[in-house]
Amino acid sequence: MDVLLPVSTIWWREIIRFFRQRSRLLSAIVQPLLFWILIGSGLSASFQPAGVLENQNYIEYFYPGIVVLVLLFTAIFATISVVNDRKEGFLQGILVAPVPRWSIVLGQALGGTTLALLQGILLLIIAPLTGIQFGLTSLIWTLGVMFLISFGLTNLGLMIAWRMESTQGFHAIMNIILIPIWLLSGAFFPITGVPGWLSWVMKLNPLTYALDVFRFSLYFNSIPTGTTLSQCTFSIIITSVFCVLTYLGATFTAYSQTN
Amino acid sequence: MENKITVENLSHSYGSRCALDNVSFSVTFGDILCFLGPNGSGKTTLFKILSTLIPPISGSVNILGYDLKTEAIAIRKLLGVVFQHPGLDGKLKVLENLKHQGHLYGCKGKSLNNRITELLGKFDIEDRSNDLVEELSGGLQRRVEIAKALIHSPKVLLLDEPSSGLDIGIRRQLSDYLNLLSKSENILILMTTHLLDEADLADKVAILDNGKLVSLGSPTDLKSQIVGDIVLIEANRPDVLCREITDRFGVSPIIFNNLLHIECEQGHEFVREVASVFPDEIHNVRIGKPTLEDVFIKSTGNPFV
Repeated sequence: MDVLLPVSTIWWREIIRFFRQRSRLLSAIVQPLLFWILIGSGLSASFQPAGVLENQNYIEYFYPGIVVLVLLFTAIFATISVVNDRKEGFLQGILVAPVPRWSIVLGQALGGTTLALLQGILLLIIAPLTGIQFGLTSLIWTLGVMFLISFGLTNLGLMIAWRMESTQGFHAIMNIILIPIWLLSGAFFPITGVPGWLSWVMKLNPLTYALDVFRFSLYFNSIPTGTTLSQCTFSIIITSVFCVLTYLGATFTAYSQTN
Repeated sequence: MENKITVENLSHSYGSRCALDNVSFSVTFGDILCFLGPNGSGKTTLFKILSTLIPPISGSVNILGYDLKTEAIAIRKLLGVVFQHPGLDGKLKVLENLKHQGHLYGCKGKSLNNRITELLGKFDIEDRSNDLVEELSGGLQRRVEIAKALIHSPKVLLLDEPSSGLDIGIRRQLSDYLNLLSKSENILILMTTHLLDEADLADKVAILDNGKLVSLGSPTDLKSQIVGDIVLIEANRPDVLCREITDRFGVSPIIFNNLLHIECEQGHEFVREVASVFPDEIHNVRIGKPTLEDVFIKSTGNPFV
């Protein structure tokens, strides 16, 4: 049987559902934008974070982090739909179909990734406001990196969602695990100058590397970020490994569930 | 391909709680088999095992020649499954739900479209095919749900409590559709229910109680196990009356809900005699032909609740 057919149909359903629930679009993009404007403007007045680029104020520093937050939120909303599918019985129908679980997870992950990418792209429109200029290279780089980040985050969400009975449980996990991962990725403040223990936590956080390579790609055609090519390669490898591992984790979780 | 489902010595437990206890049965094509039992009787566990959601712990299940333990994927292609919880996506249109399902089963293109048109016609839902599922009534949604399960022309249709949440008129309609299906699609239908009137409409009924299969047969055959009539007596002092009646008439009443439940050959004569001997003990009397509920009580000794 054509294995791509179940993958594509599950992907397609995620997209259709999303566009029929407008509130999801709003909540995933408006909240991060508000954060960016309010926190960014507020902190810009008081702080010049250590280790950021020259001539860059906090609101500019914060921008890539906000894009990643949008990706994270969209990925989370996409995976919450798995919890709802289980509660409403839709998932059971998929589980008894003659399709391997890895293809179910792949369809869901690509669905969430696509939605995250679409919203991320919406946010890229305001990038020039923060001094970023796109060339073809940086745009391709940026989209590629955003794809990797979205895919990894969606799979991380799926890994959790496939175990969850209720969306309440998922919200708790989100606040305890997913938001801190974002906070400690260099999205909110740079790793330079933080206490030693915190810098270790940030170094162990895979999203730190994702953000690193994301900044690199965003500013590729604007100003050098100070990241060397070898650092960047290392970050891409870590981010890719993160994607593969979370996908395998989500698939493994899906195989271990009976209903 | 064999044309039957054979279940042998199937047992299943959740921790120390036994959900299915040594269940064995066999059904062939063209039948509607209904599993009847109160809540907690093991129906849903049996359903989950047959639908390949949970692997059986012990015993064997063979579906049309395929072993459930080793050939689950092959079996899935032959099964159409309707779960108790709605399995449709309310945010998708009827047509979109059916297409999605078709794709999961490897159906696509023109043949899928033709099949969808055919099923929409069969279930009288053509005119709603472009409506969102969440806008349909409960009865219509059930019809879409069954159409969805049939999209890949399965050989076996499994339905878990298909009429839960539906009112009586729609339940009748649903069972008409199922009867029509079992004839027109040459399909084996297995369903579960806790509704006696629904089980009455099936070709065969399997009665489950506490994980055990206690009776299996056509509703008529099952009811003919009880000779004569069923008399229900509401008494002031059921215990006392029960003893007296047992001594005097040689019958063995069962008491529950303060009702004496008595099986006897000539109901009306029995009632006349009882009423003349114990005129002050009796509140209310009912005489009737045996129902599946009486069969359940006779086979299990428990009330059907």
